[in-house]
Amino acid sequence: MLTYVVRRVLLLFPTLFVVAVIVFALAHAAPGSPFDPNPDRPLPPQTVERLNRYYGVDRPLYEQFAMYMGNLVRLDLGRSLVQDRTVAQIIGQQFPVSAQLGLQALFLALAIALPLGVISALRQNSAIDHGGILLATLGTTVPSFVVAIFAIYLFGLNLGLVPLVGWGTPKHMILPTAILALGATAFLTRITRASMLEAIRQDYVRTARSKGLSEQTIVVWHVLRNAMIPVATIIGPATAALVTGSFIIEWFFAIPGIGREFVLSINRRDYPLIMGVYLLYALIIAVANLVVDIVYGLIDPRIRVSK
Amino acid sequence: MSLAAAQERAAELNVISRKQRSLWQDARYRFVRNRAAMFGLVVIALAGLLAIFAPVLAPYDPTATFTAGGRQAPTLADPFWAGTKYVDPRYALGTDQIGRDILSRLIWSSRVSMVVGFVPVAIVFLIGVSVGMLAGYHGGWIDQILMRITDVVYAFPDLLFLIIIFATLRTHPIGDLMGGLVLMFAGIAIVNWVGMARLVRGQVLSLKEKEYVEAARAIGAPATRIMSRHLLPNALGPVVVAVAFGIPSAMLAEGTLSFIGVGIRPPTATWGVMINEGYQVFSTSPWPVLMPAACIAVVMLAFTFVGDGIRDAIDPRMKI
Repeated sequence: MLTYVVRRVLLLFPTLFVVAVIVFALAHAAPGSPFDPNPDRPLPPQTVERLNRYYGVDRPLYEQFAMYMGNLVRLDLGRSLVQDRTVAQIIGQQFPVSAQLGLQALFLALAIALPLGVISALRQNSAIDHGGILLATLGTTVPSFVVAIFAIYLFGLNLGLVPLVGWGTPKHMILPTAILALGATAFLTRITRASMLEAIRQDYVRTARSKGLSEQTIVVWHVLRNAMIPVATIIGPATAALVTGSFIIEWFFAIPGIGREFVLSINRRDYPLIMGVYLLYALIIAVANLVVDIVYGLIDPRIRVSK
Repeated sequence: MSLAAAQERAAELNVISRKQRSLWQDARYRFVRNRAAMFGLVVIALAGLLAIFAPVLAPYDPTATFTAGGRQAPTLADPFWAGTKYVDPRYALGTDQIGRDILSRLIWSSRVSMVVGFVPVAIVFLIGVSVGMLAGYHGGWIDQILMRITDVVYAFPDLLFLIIIFATLRTHPIGDLMGGLVLMFAGIAIVNWVGMARLVRGQVLSLKEKEYVEAARAIGAPATRIMSRHLLPNALGPVVVAVAFGIPSAMLAEGTLSFIGVGIRPPTATWGVMINEGYQVFSTSPWPVLMPAACIAVVMLAFTFVGDGIRDAIDPRMKI
């Protein structure tokens, strides 16, 4: 097990290296430089030259890449080309907002999805079950920005219950959190329900029932415990998806998180920031997947990690 | 071919390959009985007709400005919009912030959505099935390369990777072709072909151990024949399901990219572009945003119903 974990952790580095190479190549394939003369605010050529030299943009590509990777090893992601902050500072200041949004959404999703999925499975074909399936279908199908548009139209514009955009007070957080949670809720409800149905049909449940155990004992000790394994493992990727996928919601609600910063940096061609945030996202997702594989082996004794 | 002749031919074929036909007939039967799926199919058919006949159906040029200097509320104003002063019966769904006819833009957008849904998925299908088939059947270095590529591609958060591709190549000459459509096709195909190849590879790996493949090999059938006649038809079920869900996810990718402003280039009308442009004036005039949003929601639901229907029809045991 330990060798497996170590090997998987070491494998993160080549993966992230390839991600860095490809993103670097793409970022530099784009024509033009961020310091190209802007017709509205012409810069003197000497200034452009000095800027290019200062940021190393005038060097050959491989040299720039070597420089970037060298700095990356020292956890130096470089400076933003547009803002007067380093990429690390921007991430440090704005990632917590995204993390908070993502975690709030995760807890909300779990609080709704787990009971709903369990009850749906126990009372198959009941009204709750149909409601759960409907929510699961809508939540996984209708894109979050479409839901956001209708929610903001109804609750913000017409009813005036919540502010349209912004971040800070609990009132600002309700809609973005709920909408971000919707997809995860739908997905987790589906998984919980399917996994419960799977567990209910197992032989050991029939055995427990034939032993004369009470229905409550069977559900809590035999069904739930086993049904929660797939759900527990999916929480890792779900968290990663919520934290990295919040950029649409952040963009829509003008939330000062790292996702909005990412979209802004793309429109401004702020390459160091684009690369830094992308690498952060890739790292979060890779670590989440790694944690799942490890946790899966730990909590389910039937799974043995091959050496 | 007359109907009678067709039936006769079908009966003939049925004798030759009864098992396989009855499986698909079974699936079709289950699919047709699925009301949600049929509803979805009707919606998609309507959207398809809108897309095909957009030049005829759209009352106006989708990029031309009519009500100069201002937007107009839809004629079919809902209670919330009734207070808006400008209502012009010539523009049934109103005009947007720079005075373009919204109905025409919505209709032309369905064109982009359909094309963006189907073309990249067709590319994904062709590449994914060929590569997956070769990798699964022959193994060896093709398989090794595929698996390494898979490792790398799975490390990329896919929507974010699409965003990077668009952000960087949009100003490149490639990104300019057909208002960004070519880049959209290529981007979505690059992100998705690997999943398809892996799916087919997995299918082929288990199928190629079956007796009928061994029998075909024993009588000297060439590899191409085994792949096209024996492996492909039997691997097709999950592939069809993946295609059915691939189409709406490609549409959604276009919608999301255009919504954040890096997808299809304005003035080309797509639902995502309309939302992106209309959002600036959302608080005073919400309709240019609400209508494309509703279109996206309806089409996505329709495709999901059909996808679920196909999945349940092909393999009733595959349930989630």
